[in-house]
Amino acid sequence: MDSIIGQGIDRIDGRAKITGAAAYAADKRAPDMAHGAIVTATIARGRITSIESTTARNTLGVLMVMTHENAPRQAPFQARADDRHARPKPQLASDEVQHFGAPVALVVAETPEAARAAADSVTVVYEKSAGVFELGDASRDAYDPLKASEGESSDSHIGAVDAAFDAARTRIDAIYTTPYQCHAMMEPHASLASWQNGKLTVWSSLQLIESAHKSIADTLLLEPDHVEVISEYVGGGFGGKLPVHADAILAALAARELGRPVRIVLTRQQMFHVTTHRPASIQRVRLGADADGTLTSIAHQSLSQSARADEFSEPIVNATRSLYAAPNRLTSQRIATLDLPVPDSMRAPGEAIGLLALEQAMDELAVALDMDPIALRLRNEPEQDPEKRVPFSTRALVPCLTEGARRFGWDRRRKQPGTTRDGRWLVGMGMAAAIRGNFLRKASARVTLKSARRAVVEMDMTDIGTGSYTVLAQIAAEVLGLPVENIEVRLGHSGYPDTPGSGGSFGASSCGAALHDACTKLKARLAAGEGAQGLSAEGHVTPGEDYKKYSQFAYGAHFAEVGVDETTGEVRLRRMLGVFSAGRILNAKTARSQLIGGMIWGVGAALEEEAVVDPRFGAFITRDLASYHVPVHADVPDVDAILLDELDPHANVLGSKGVGELGICGAGAAIANAVYNACGARVRSYPITLDKVLPTLLDRME
Amino acid sequence: MPQSHPISSAAWPTTRLTINGQKHELTVDPRTTLLDTLRDHLGLTGSKKGCDHGQCGACTVLVNGARMNACLSLVAMRHGDEIVTIEGLGESETLHPLQQAFWTHDGLQCGFCTPGQICSAVGMFREIEHGVPSAAMANVAATPSLDAVEVRERMSGNICRCSAYPNIVAAILDSRQGHAG
Ligand code: FES
Ligand code: FES
Repeated sequence: MDSIIGQGIDRIDGRAKITGAAAYAADKRAPDMAHGAIVTATIARGRITSIESTTARNTLGVLMVMTHENAPRQAPFQARADDRHARPKPQLASDEVQHFGAPVALVVAETPEAARAAADSVTVVYEKSAGVFELGDASRDAYDPLKASEGESSDSHIGAVDAAFDAARTRIDAIYTTPYQCHAMMEPHASLASWQNGKLTVWSSLQLIESAHKSIADTLLLEPDHVEVISEYVGGGFGGKLPVHADAILAALAARELGRPVRIVLTRQQMFHVTTHRPASIQRVRLGADADGTLTSIAHQSLSQSARADEFSEPIVNATRSLYAAPNRLTSQRIATLDLPVPDSMRAPGEAIGLLALEQAMDELAVALDMDPIALRLRNEPEQDPEKRVPFSTRALVPCLTEGARRFGWDRRRKQPGTTRDGRWLVGMGMAAAIRGNFLRKASARVTLKSARRAVVEMDMTDIGTGSYTVLAQIAAEVLGLPVENIEVRLGHSGYPDTPGSGGSFGASSCGAALHDACTKLKARLAAGEGAQGLSAEGHVTPGEDYKKYSQFAYGAHFAEVGVDETTGEVRLRRMLGVFSAGRILNAKTARSQLIGGMIWGVGAALEEEAVVDPRFGAFITRDLASYHVPVHADVPDVDAILLDELDPHANVLGSKGVGELGICGAGAAIANAVYNACGARVRSYPITLDKVLPTLLDRME
Repeated sequence: MPQSHPISSAAWPTTRLTINGQKHELTVDPRTTLLDTLRDHLGLTGSKKGCDHGQCGACTVLVNGARMNACLSLVAMRHGDEIVTIEGLGESETLHPLQQAFWTHDGLQCGFCTPGQICSAVGMFREIEHGVPSAAMANVAATPSLDAVEVRERMSGNICRCSAYPNIVAAILDSRQGHAG
């Protein structure tokens, strides 16, 4: 029998989604439900001196106004904790304002219209303090966050980088900047909270059920078994729904006070400040090489934003530690505290922006060496992880590069910028490598037989568009020897066995391995003669020694062709190809979709996305989808992703690696490099908007 | 400070309209949008609210056959109109060809933009049949054709942050055969 795992079957939750039947958090209803509207701060730093809410309270249909003066007691915020997404998230807890757009009041009313109108009438008076809003200004106070992520330290140093760099025949020393970026998932954060007999149920839009459950219970000072958290369908997360936000906590508090269910949906505008974003970064990359392109030194240093309200350090330089060989190496990560909203993980935290710098620097080095950029990468292929000094579990970067070059027609690329033309368009090709860490996390799963031929899978995993429902059904079907249609997958409920949830691309592998274990145990008990009906087994997985003994990454190569308008400097993507290797693929169709999605995020990062800070107010001025630009249909021509066959025996029992973030890693750099090849503009400040390309075009005309 | 004006239901207008073939007579707060009416008053939550400002397309429905952002219309403005939402597209058991094509081509990931994309594509087919030009056409007086470039231009009001775009375009082009109008 052909393996069910890996087959590109249609999503099993597809019908619910294409018919509109899938119920997301804001689609949930409860009898007698009231509606909350949040009032947010209009200063970046200071204190609330008074809140005038008489008009709001007197508005027809208004049920309550909650401010720091009357908010119920909650657990205090913890500045540092091992699991930052499971921490208490107290709301309206004091008169202090720590960033623009922080919630300062909640209005609850019979209808959303009344709540919103009343919220608009609340007047808050502040005593303002000065804040620091620009990363450059804060760089003198930058500090070492000590831990980057996944337990890695923020610094690494091998050999003598400075001496090797000074002695190198060819050198690149450049500064790259990346802007604030926003998750901008299509589904705004929403929660419906309902109390029954002292027990709280919260339907919310979340990636991590287990930590959300702990966070909500702890914040409200409740026993965990008095709280239920449900997130069946999630309209995109990308990291923005890792933490619990104000909607969930305020809905739960208000529902308890009022004795009736309360729903709160953030407005699109509020999302930009109330929730999290990707921090801006300033990165310096120094590369030193011999005449034949052999790297003698690599140095990558980053500075990124952290917030006064909470510390966050994006692991920008981590992938640089494993991507290329070089005897002398230095990486370091620093953060600076600004009075801006709180940054957190966004799709491929670290690699997504670290590779925008490193992979453009590699292209600059190839130009300086007069060498093909693929040949440069092949020249510096390491035999083992250059910093951890352990073998790679699998590493197929070279096949990705060569296969991609062949399929893309890389041999047709002209080395000299500005020499390929299509009407008014200057056309260029660029490439970049992709690398993304692979992780396994502790997870559990339960499988129960409803009959001899039908099984139910239960885990608190979420499907945020990633295909969890489908790949888990495939795994259970394969191990149990049942058709996929006979597997019912139930996810997104805190009552189900704990999983790490959706984040860091570890979801499918961790949950899949736990489910594999559960199904194997179930089968063994069946074979031992236990009756089928109602038979149930739990399975588990914990990361083993293989994560220390091997360096585990997924790899890929991006190829992009762009056109640069000769007179306006406008950059348009013409076509793009990614070739990837990520262990065993659990579903060829959904994996490809995820990779393409990631690549298009790279298009956004390269050309469009930028949350702009207004330094007068410490606020993002791009706070809707008309000003925070994400790629739309017209920005996305022919984009394809190819997956190479692979199985990683050291990753987990399935041999799979994560794919949700791999597609974005390096994608934007391939586009930046294509812009250079098209017209000679080397833009080191992302996004590559036309104003940054124009000066080069004007020079060309002279 | 501006005074808010409490609105009593005695002053609420009554709107008569047809939704998915069913006649409705609604008396709701006049500030209520078509989108909120569908979602909050009629339980038709297939139409999504991604921005409430006409910037994402998640709320796209068909009004007298034309696509419209339901968040940008007050329901009181739709008196006498015929509305079709995602729930009204297929026949009870059979999917609309576009729905099936989206599923087969994996033109969705999280699914949040999907109802809007599908309704928008239905409206787009009709616009092309009626000869409505687009910015992608070299000659706006010509008869529009249905190809990938046209689809991308005409569907750009529907954002998909999961970026299922290539699969959405493939689905739309594939279903064009099965859909006559
Ligand atoms: S919700 Fe109507 S366009 Fe976004
Ligand atoms: S499928 Fe998630 S936004 Fe389109």
